[in-house]
Amino acid sequence: MDAIILQLFNGLEKGSAYALIALGLTLIFGTLGVVNFAHGALFMIGAFCAVTLSRIFQISFLTEDPTQTDFLGNPLQVETPYVEKWFGADAGAWMIDYSVPLSILLTIPVMLLVGYVMERGLIKHFYKRPHADQILVTFGLAIVLQEVVRYFYGANPIQTTSPSDYSGTVNIGAMFGMQIFYPVWRLVYFFFSAIVIGGVFAFLQFTTFGMVVRAGMADRETVGLLGIDIDKRFTLMFGIAASVAGLAGVMYAPILSPNYHMGMDFLVLSFVVVVVGGMGSLPGAVAAGFLLGILQSFASLNEVKAIIPGIDQIIIYVVAIVILLTRPRGLLGRRGVMEE
Amino acid sequence: MLGLNAKDSRFMLIVVALTLLTPFILNPFPADSALAQFNAGYPALMQRFAIYGLMAIGFNILFGLTGYLSFGHAAFLGVGSYASVWMFKLLSMNVIPALIAATLVSGVFALAIGYVSLRRSGIYFSILTLAFAEMCYRLAYSVLTPITNGETGLQITLSDPRILDGAPTSSSLPTPGFFGLKMNAAHTIDIAGWSFTFSVGYYFCAVIALIGFYLSLRIFRSPFGMMLRAVKSNQQRMNYTGLNSRPYTLAAFVISGMYAGLAGGLLAAMDPLAGAERMQWTASGEVVLMTIVGGVGTLMGPVLGAGFIKYCENIFSKINESVLHSWFSFLPDGVEDVVTWIFARFVGEGWHLTLGVMFMLIVTFLPGGLVEGGKRLAARRKKKSDADAAKHPAE
Repeated sequence: MDAIILQLFNGLEKGSAYALIALGLTLIFGTLGVVNFAHGALFMIGAFCAVTLSRIFQISFLTEDPTQTDFLGNPLQVETPYVEKWFGADAGAWMIDYSVPLSILLTIPVMLLVGYVMERGLIKHFYKRPHADQILVTFGLAIVLQEVVRYFYGANPIQTTSPSDYSGTVNIGAMFGMQIFYPVWRLVYFFFSAIVIGGVFAFLQFTTFGMVVRAGMADRETVGLLGIDIDKRFTLMFGIAASVAGLAGVMYAPILSPNYHMGMDFLVLSFVVVVVGGMGSLPGAVAAGFLLGILQSFASLNEVKAIIPGIDQIIIYVVAIVILLTRPRGLLGRRGVMEE
Repeated sequence: MLGLNAKDSRFMLIVVALTLLTPFILNPFPADSALAQFNAGYPALMQRFAIYGLMAIGFNILFGLTGYLSFGHAAFLGVGSYASVWMFKLLSMNVIPALIAATLVSGVFALAIGYVSLRRSGIYFSILTLAFAEMCYRLAYSVLTPITNGETGLQITLSDPRILDGAPTSSSLPTPGFFGLKMNAAHTIDIAGWSFTFSVGYYFCAVIALIGFYLSLRIFRSPFGMMLRAVKSNQQRMNYTGLNSRPYTLAAFVISGMYAGLAGGLLAAMDPLAGAERMQWTASGEVVLMTIVGGVGTLMGPVLGAGFIKYCENIFSKINESVLHSWFSFLPDGVEDVVTWIFARFVGEGWHLTLGVMFMLIVTFLPGGLVEGGKRLAARRKKKSDADAAKHPAE
């Protein structure tokens, strides 16, 4: 029983990452009609924003502490981060500790900018080209981004720590009278992704901007004829989709140490998620993300693996194949999307 | 000749000549000159040209003719490798049974995967093939370890039965061969500073690749090829005329899968080792890149693309910073450092960056790939010479 609950939580945590990435992918596909293979790279850039900020906070200067001496009898040299000097020792230490959540503030503008540059600089020229060309050019871009990150940060995974208040485990089984310990940060990640997903949906549902974007997704031409510059809004939506991927990456950094190819690793899975959910369907992407995350966790239970060996490795693909063959448009897909 | 018209015969003869003379063509620089590292005429690389060229030719039959973009062809390459290494282990070190097994087994895989995947088209087809390939890859790493030997990769050992070869005579591992000819045998000729290597392995791969090229030429010119092109241009219309296109696309899928399996078998024949990483989706992506870079739907394009990418991979990744310094030493000191630094980002470890940038440029500005680039150049030259002729009319 407790193993099942534990796997359920594991699945929710995995599923929230899938759902966030798939949500961004679907936003781009639904608005601009572009299949973005560079989306995994955006996720990776987000994760490296966390690495960057924690490194910036840790930039230190050396002072000599006359009260202490090292083993040679010279005054001990102490490294003090600049943030501790500028904001006081307590606030500075807090900032270093909370560098991952704080880097959300860095990620959003960075990703908006990256998204804007990507759309205006490259993807704009590919609207009228076949989907295969879009896949290929964004795949090339993903390779480039990946290599640039590798140049600056090296090929090894970089460990990033969560704030010390959230780095332990919590007994989530207490309310059921059971002992199930679960890392706090993963729960935080789940709630964070729920907030982001809710925010995106609320933005599309309850703001005028969101209304126009939804109208544009349904019928781009008519909205254009009504005198609305839909392209400008879609460009901003690309930025927002990039930020969603970036946010997914930032908060994932303590769970999976960022490395330069993590984007490619997540890319295939998130495409499977999008297709299972139904191309162009936002609720479908979120639902499929959580569904596949949970299924994957349950498949890695030893009891399940004893019945069907190796199922934990392939469950997602099996589900994707079954769904595509029985429901060609995915779980919640609309008719006529990407049918040709 | 061989059922080809005069133009195609000439084309085929040119390809045969180029392939057979590859050891000369790819070694344009003397062995001890500064440019010798641009020479690609060594057996390991030439074999890769032929093998990946063969695979790209097969992939082009599917993607170039029918427009179905498969992201799972690496699975067939991997299956072919495993099948042929098993033949080396069980039957004989002769490459013939290994290649036959590689082609047949991957054909069976392609039939099963294609039968299911071809129910959908467009991106759904791509994702289905990707899903199947990832399944093969992950199973090869986990549950199928008894067959695939997991992460270590499948290798031949001295204790393998090898029924047809009989008991081992020496204590060293046998090498694959074509009857008497060992695949790793090579002969080097030195002519006035140039050194040319002729290896059995390369010529064996080259002959097979030429046969593959000939078959693809025949398919391109056949009514079957016409049907596949019709699928690409308007499948719906074909269905409305009462024609079921599925058998044709399935046939194309199986044929291209068998090409990939044969390529995998050849990889194993050159170096009897099969690993699961050959089946990863990025390996499938590489074949797609080769086909696009060369030119989709053209006969020569995929081969050129395969050669181009493998050449860059091998040559660019070997250049390092000290080599760059020696090239740019004629520049003033400060400028030299800057130029070297910039170029160093694109070579050696960073050659993937070059690949990514080149690939984006080609997709953006030259959608038809290298072949289209060549055609454009030729057209421009022709236009120029026509204009010259108009300016100076013949007396």
